[in-house]
Amino acid sequence: MNKKLIETWAPWILLVVLILLWQILCSALDVSEFIFPSPWRIWTQFLEFKGIIAAHAWRTFWVTMVGFGIAIVVGVLLGFVIGSSRLAYAAVYPLMTGFNALPKAAFVPILVVWFGIGVGPAILTAFLISFFPIMVNIATGLATLEPELEDVLRVLGAKRWDVLVKVGLPRSMPYFYGSLKVAITLAFVGTTVSEMTAANEGIGYLLISAGSAMQMGLAFAGLLVVGAMAMVMYELFSVLEKHTTGWAHRGSQNH
Amino acid sequence: MTTTVHDNPAAPWFVDFQDVWLAYNHELLQQNHFAVEAIDLKVRQGEFIAIVGPSGCGKSTFMKLTTGLKMPSMGKILIDGQPVTGPLKISGMAFQAPSLLPWRTTVDNVLLPLEIVEPYRSQFKAKRKEYEERARKLLQKVGLGGYEDKFPWQLSGGMQQRASICRALIHEPKMLLLDEPFGALDAFTREELWCILRDLWTEQRFNVILVTHDLRESVFLADTVYVMSKSPGRFVVRREIELPRPRDLEVTYTKEFSDIVHELRGHIGAIRQTGAHTTT
Repeated sequence: MNKKLIETWAPWILLVVLILLWQILCSALDVSEFIFPSPWRIWTQFLEFKGIIAAHAWRTFWVTMVGFGIAIVVGVLLGFVIGSSRLAYAAVYPLMTGFNALPKAAFVPILVVWFGIGVGPAILTAFLISFFPIMVNIATGLATLEPELEDVLRVLGAKRWDVLVKVGLPRSMPYFYGSLKVAITLAFVGTTVSEMTAANEGIGYLLISAGSAMQMGLAFAGLLVVGAMAMVMYELFSVLEKHTTGWAHRGSQNH
Repeated sequence: MTTTVHDNPAAPWFVDFQDVWLAYNHELLQQNHFAVEAIDLKVRQGEFIAIVGPSGCGKSTFMKLTTGLKMPSMGKILIDGQPVTGPLKISGMAFQAPSLLPWRTTVDNVLLPLEIVEPYRSQFKAKRKEYEERARKLLQKVGLGGYEDKFPWQLSGGMQQRASICRALIHEPKMLLLDEPFGALDAFTREELWCILRDLWTEQRFNVILVTHDLRESVFLADTVYVMSKSPGRFVVRREIELPRPRDLEVTYTKEFSDIVHELRGHIGAIRQTGAHTTT
C-alpha cells in the first residue's frame, strides 16, 4: 500500500485500535460501568440521550462561537496596535503575559457575580482564554517586517499605515490562521469549564449533572461531543488557512 | 590620499554633500562618535558612482542620508539642487535581499511602488492596465518575460533580484540606490546582472549609487569609484574610471581593468592595515 494513503488513515486506524483495546479491557476485567464505562456503553447512552446531548451541544457550540468571535475582533485589534507601535508593544505586552498566566477558570465565580448564571460567564470565559494567541500572532506578524522593505517603501513616501496594510497585514495572515486553530480549541475549553459551575445548559452542565447522577456513560458521551466539535472547527480553519495563505507553505520560499 | 573635488557653485551637481556628519543618536553625537564624517561629494547628473569599503564602514548609512531617510547631524545635502528634508521620492532602492512579497505575483510586486508614490497612487485604479503594461515591459527588458505572473518563490535568486531592481525602477526615479544588490548571487549570474544594469542605465541615464564590496563590479559599472574607510566612515579615495563605454564583459580581462582593481585593492589594504584613525 502506498505511504501517503496510510498516513491519511493513520489517525482513524489508531482511534479504532484504541477503542477496541478499551472495549476489550473493560469486558475482560469486568470493570463497573459506573466507574469506567466501555465504549459500547458510551455509544448506547449517546443514542439514548441524543436529543438532550444535541441540545446541550448546540448551546455549547454557539456560546463558544460568540466568545471566539469576540476574541478574534479584540485579538486582531489589540495585536494590530501592539504590533504597529513599539511603545504599545513595550507597554502592553508584559501586562498581557501576566494576564495570560492567570487560570481562566478562576474568573468564572467573579463573572457569575457580575453577569449571573447563564450565557454571560461562558461567553466571556471562552473569549478570555482564546484571544491571547490571536493577539500575539498578529503582533508578531506585524513586528517582523524586513527593515529593507520598509526603507524601499518609506523612501516613496509611504506612511506607516501604507506599510501596515500593504505588507504587515498580509504577512501576518499565516500567523493569524495558525493562531485561530489554537484559539478555537481553547475557546471550547473555556466554555465547558464555565458551564460546569455557572450554567444550567451546555455540555459542561451536562457533564456535572451526569456525573452526580453516576451516569458515566452519558458524561463520557458529552466529552466526546466537545472533542469532536473542536476537531471539526480546527480542521475547518486548517482548510481555510491552506486556501488563503498557500504562499506561506511552499518549501522553496526563503524569507 | 584624499582627492578634493573642486567646489564650483555654478556646476549642476545632482548630488551635493557639503561636509556631512552623522551620529545615530544624541548620545553618540555628544561623544563625538560619528557613523560617517566629513563627507564631501559632488555627483553629476546621470553619473554612475560606486562606493566600496570594508563592511561596517557606513556605506548603508550613506544611502540613508542620500534618500532622506536619515538627516545629517551636521552639514548639508542637496539633491537635484534642492535641500533634502525628508524621504526622496525620486529615488528607488534595491538591497542584497530581494524582499519581494510572496503573496504577490512578480508583476504585482513590481507595481507596488506605484500604489504608494504620487502621482501614480491617485491614478492607480484608473490606469492600472497602463501601469501593468509598463511593468511587464520592464520585466521583459531584464529577461523575465514569461515569469511575470509567477510568484517570487517560483523564481531563482538571480531572477528575484532582477524583479527587485524592476521594482526600484518602475516609478522612473532619477536616482537608483543599490546596496550590495548582487552580493548573494553566484559569479555568473552576477556578471549577467551587471550587464542588465549597465544596459538599463545606458538607456535611461538615471543616477546610480552602487554600494558594493566587489571591486571588479565597481570598476566595470561605475564612472567614479569612492573608497570608504571604516570608523570613522569617510571617503578616502576618489578614482575616476576612464575605461571607454560601452563596456563589455571582455574589458574585465584587460590589463587596464585589472590595474585599476589592483590599485583600489591597494587602498583598501592600506585602510585595513593602518587602522581606522590614521587615514585622512
